[in-house]
Amino acid sequence: MNSEWKRSLPAISPETRPYWEACRERRLVIQRCHECDKYQTYYRAFCCHCWSSVVEDVTVDGEGTVWAFTIAYQNRTPGWEDFVPYVLAAVELKEGVKLMTNIINCPPDDVRVGMPVRVTFVDATDEVTLPYFEPNR
Amino acid sequence: MTADRTVAVVGAFEHPTRYAPDKSDFQLLQECAAGALHDAGLSPSDVDGLCTLATANWGGDLSDPGPNRMADYLNVDPVFVDTTYVGGASVQFQVRRAAMAIRAGLSKVVLIMYGARPRSNQRTQGVAAGTAVLASRGVSALRATAESFEDIYGVTTLGTFAMMAARHMHLYGTTEEQLADVSVAVRSHAALNPQARYRDLLAVEDVLGSRMVSSPLRILNCCVITDGGGALVLAGADVARNVRKPPVWLIGSGEALTRGDGGYGDWLDTGLRRAARTAFDEAGVKHADVDTVQIYDATAFHVIQHLEDLGFCEIGQGGAFVAGGSRIRLGGELPVNTDGGGLSSNHVITRGIFVVIEAVRQLRRECADRQVNEARVAIASAVGGGGPGGQAYRRSASALILARD
Repeated sequence: MNSEWKRSLPAISPETRPYWEACRERRLVIQRCHECDKYQTYYRAFCCHCWSSVVEDVTVDGEGTVWAFTIAYQNRTPGWEDFVPYVLAAVELKEGVKLMTNIINCPPDDVRVGMPVRVTFVDATDEVTLPYFEPNR
Repeated sequence: MTADRTVAVVGAFEHPTRYAPDKSDFQLLQECAAGALHDAGLSPSDVDGLCTLATANWGGDLSDPGPNRMADYLNVDPVFVDTTYVGGASVQFQVRRAAMAIRAGLSKVVLIMYGARPRSNQRTQGVAAGTAVLASRGVSALRATAESFEDIYGVTTLGTFAMMAARHMHLYGTTEEQLADVSVAVRSHAALNPQARYRDLLAVEDVLGSRMVSSPLRILNCCVITDGGGALVLAGADVARNVRKPPVWLIGSGEALTRGDGGYGDWLDTGLRRAARTAFDEAGVKHADVDTVQIYDATAFHVIQHLEDLGFCEIGQGGAFVAGGSRIRLGGELPVNTDGGGLSSNHVITRGIFVVIEAVRQLRRECADRQVNEARVAIASAVGGGGPGGQAYRRSASALILARD
């Protein structure tokens, strides 16, 4: 637990609560549509591809590759100023969908596009656990 | 060319200020409006259409709804109003809507105003565009959808631009030197613009030696932060033939939004390819007919990507197109951002209005030392986004094609 968490925390709505509850159990959830079989990120109450309301949560193993990244040396948002440099990245999961994340547990200069990564979790507060990605060695 | 010549820009004004700590946004916008109407030789009572944006979301003092407050402050009486906000391309979307209104007979003279004071506000309120969440929402006020899946990772506007530049480099071999070539070329144009924020010439080594903001983007690859504003007056042919300045016709326009496609989307797609196709189809001109391009350059990478998306080179070839800078400089085959762009002249939260104003000035041949010879057709392009995370895949794109008689 980290009672000193200074960076941004998610707002959690009834629609998105299952995603964040899975994170607390250290599971990364994406959604798959029963009608069209496609996956989706970020979490929604319906399938954005075919508008079916029958979407199921799928716990994935969280393996993927870095699709794009930057090393951020400046972020003047309160709470972030002292956290630089950090790696902001888009990760493409094996399932073919991308999500925004940070690459952690890795020197920023070692990150490359195409690098294999896997999900890891950090407890931000007693109530909120956040998914990140780290090198998948 | 058989393009539609029914709507023209008849007035254009860029406020000379780059720092206005003692003005309100209202005052700044009034001065812009007065400048554009004077440029057209029209008076406030001629205005029957009004487009503008509130500035409060960026720390400004003009709250929503912007058009109501500005119409009251200016004491004008519009029968057509638009306040479309889609990020950095908003003014361009408003230009397209104003043209629709004029063509439909809903309005005769539309005044479009844009202005803000981020340079002043960042000192008094800590608003830092580009590398911070804007205004007062700060760190704890994310929305559940979709910001909470993005901004918890410290997404900044420049960070998303940097990710796209890094991806482009990975796929196509674009280099930091090519990004620097853009910054150097655009600065050489700013040196010829007495109103530009920075006018000292740069060398490639200066850019490559400047501090990294978000890799691969260095501070000299990023736009300036200025106070400022501008205004445009649009009118139909009957008015346009009888004003002070030669009309600059809006002969083509296109717009598009992009989306994440549930995680499958290509984040390198800015939407500008589709917007540009629509605009070129409407205008009936070819790329070879275009004399100058004014690109909303939030970063040097935007110039590379817009040149591809507008179709001046193949996708992936933008880096090679700008290499060395000679093609995009004044005197080259396609001069870009002849006023010094956002990189060196003026960037006021967004820059959509200034690319249109510079295109108009070039086509009227008012640009003195930085004039493109015999300019007849110009493009103004802009890509914006919905919030820092939205710059990755919730974007809006506009291409406007303008021509003189």
